[in-house]
Amino acid sequence: MTNRAEMTRRDILKSGAAVATLTLAPGVTLMTFGGSEANAARADAGKRWGLLIDANKCAADCSACVTACKTENGWGNDGGEHSGPETESAWIRKVTLRDKHTGRQVSAPVMCQHCESPPCVDVCPTGASMQRVDGIVLVDKHICIGCRYCMMACPFKARSFVHSDVPEQSVNAPRGKGVVESCTLCVHRVDRGRIPACVEACEASGNSAILFGDLKDPESPISRALKQYSSIALRADLELNPGVRYQNL
Amino acid sequence: MERTIYRTIKATPASWGVAILLAAIIGAAGLAVLTIEHYGHIITGMNNQIVWGLPHVFAIFLIVAASGVLNVASISSVFGKKAYKPMARFSALLSITVLLGGLAILVLDLGRPDRLIVAMTKYNFTSIFAWNMILYNGFFAIVGAYLVVQMTQGLSPRVHKAAGIAAFTWRLILTTGTGSIFGWLVARPGYDAAIMGPLFIAMSFAFGLALFILVTLALFRLDGRIFGDKLMLRLGNLLGVFVAVVLYFTIVQHLTALYAEEHAGIERFILLDGGAYTTLFWLVQVVLGALVPMALVFLRPSRASTILASFLVILGGLAQIYVIVIGGQAYPLQIFPGYEVLEGFNEGVVNSYSPTIYELALGLGGVALALLAAGLGAKILRVLPTNLSDANYPD
Repeated sequence: MTNRAEMTRRDILKSGAAVATLTLAPGVTLMTFGGSEANAARADAGKRWGLLIDANKCAADCSACVTACKTENGWGNDGGEHSGPETESAWIRKVTLRDKHTGRQVSAPVMCQHCESPPCVDVCPTGASMQRVDGIVLVDKHICIGCRYCMMACPFKARSFVHSDVPEQSVNAPRGKGVVESCTLCVHRVDRGRIPACVEACEASGNSAILFGDLKDPESPISRALKQYSSIALRADLELNPGVRYQNL
Repeated sequence: MERTIYRTIKATPASWGVAILLAAIIGAAGLAVLTIEHYGHIITGMNNQIVWGLPHVFAIFLIVAASGVLNVASISSVFGKKAYKPMARFSALLSITVLLGGLAILVLDLGRPDRLIVAMTKYNFTSIFAWNMILYNGFFAIVGAYLVVQMTQGLSPRVHKAAGIAAFTWRLILTTGTGSIFGWLVARPGYDAAIMGPLFIAMSFAFGLALFILVTLALFRLDGRIFGDKLMLRLGNLLGVFVAVVLYFTIVQHLTALYAEEHAGIERFILLDGGAYTTLFWLVQVVLGALVPMALVFLRPSRASTILASFLVILGGLAQIYVIVIGGQAYPLQIFPGYEVLEGFNEGVVNSYSPTIYELALGLGGVALALLAAGLGAKILRVLPTNLSDANYPD
């Protein structure tokens, strides 16, 4: 898998979004990595980040991607006496499916599909649901009023509403009671030229079922794989053109 | 025909009693909101599957009914029916307060009600929800102006008619907007239908008139004023027609969905094996909320049957909105067609919802707010005629 190598080489050297270089004086350069609000605003319109998930490689008994996402983004431990699976956040979840006709079983993770035409962004009254120019769909937690209309609109059940206080947070992803949240495609990592935590964990588990990369770059491994093998989008009938695609599902 | 005289209502012990009761319900709702604010929505029955719950049922009922309440005024000023003229002022006032009650619920159920100012200052114009905020505020402004026009002496009838047409047009757009909150949701099979707009307009006609009849009658009784039997029968007959229209749109909605195989699942769920939703649909919405009221007002027209029919229409209306809002979310999203989900996160199963006392308190609080505000309005403004006796209408 060339995920990481491809990312670091191509994206740190070529991407203006990931690295801002300022020449102060001859021989003195100031280099900052992206991830701040200012840099997020400079997400690279020349890219579209996406995932390709191979259901054949995804092991039914493995949930490394979910665990890694929880650790990275600090969700899944909200607790509280009233808390239960129905109110707990789920930025990424594992599903195991059986084909009704053939009986074939497959597993795959489901997260925000980072649609090109995201219904959540269309319906959000304040514009808190937003899409970066590089295709990553996010919630601006400063202007989300917690109306949950995006959750009504999302065909993938990818969004969660924070139902109680969140005592243990990760610095990577500030969370707040009363607002909606979802997979950020680990934007804090991507802006620093790294790959999302789920992808990294899947590689480390030895399954390597998730490929991350730039869908706009025809030479990226994800683009080449998509060109070579058949893949599907969930709810393809809605023509939302998700950035997340599935193989062997 | 006598000239209509408008008087404010008197503060009697009975009206004080009702006002205190309503204020207590509003107080309970306030406590419920503070408790939800403190603990988060975790103490409500809502969850990440059923994201809109009982508060939204009450809120949408009131918002839909609000525009329907205004119909009484519209029938007088737009369609020129003189018998409705004396009720037009109160119709405008009540429509404003009912909308206020509905919006109060909606706002107080937000995850961050403290950010209402954000909702008022940041608009995403591709969102029908954002458009609705403009439509709601516009409704307050236009219907408020319409009320002022009605209460101003010496204005030309043309001004009355123009204000009436503006308010009527606005309310049609507003209810279409409310229906489109669901009609434009492509993700869920229970929504995503253009008929939601017209269906909601029909619903508003019926629910609004039922609410208007009951509230006006209650205020008249509290103040010892006369509400004529003939007028009551006339309103009851109109209510029956509106209920028939709602039933017609409901039948078309379900027949159309039944014809498309992709919607067979949701239709089976609502109409056949959805448990509480199926019972609510057939027993409360269709039988108690439509067939019985129609039988009452058309076959046994009387003062009592109109009052009973009005209650039943409101009950059926709440059931109808419950089935649309909650039933539409309870039915699982079809993310993996052709597959059976063996393991997942509430995947492919009917989502359960049991509302808590906090949600009920918030919903009833909105209703109480609408009614108390209407009563206060009638106390300080001359919106109610001194009598609506049949002697005024020789026809």
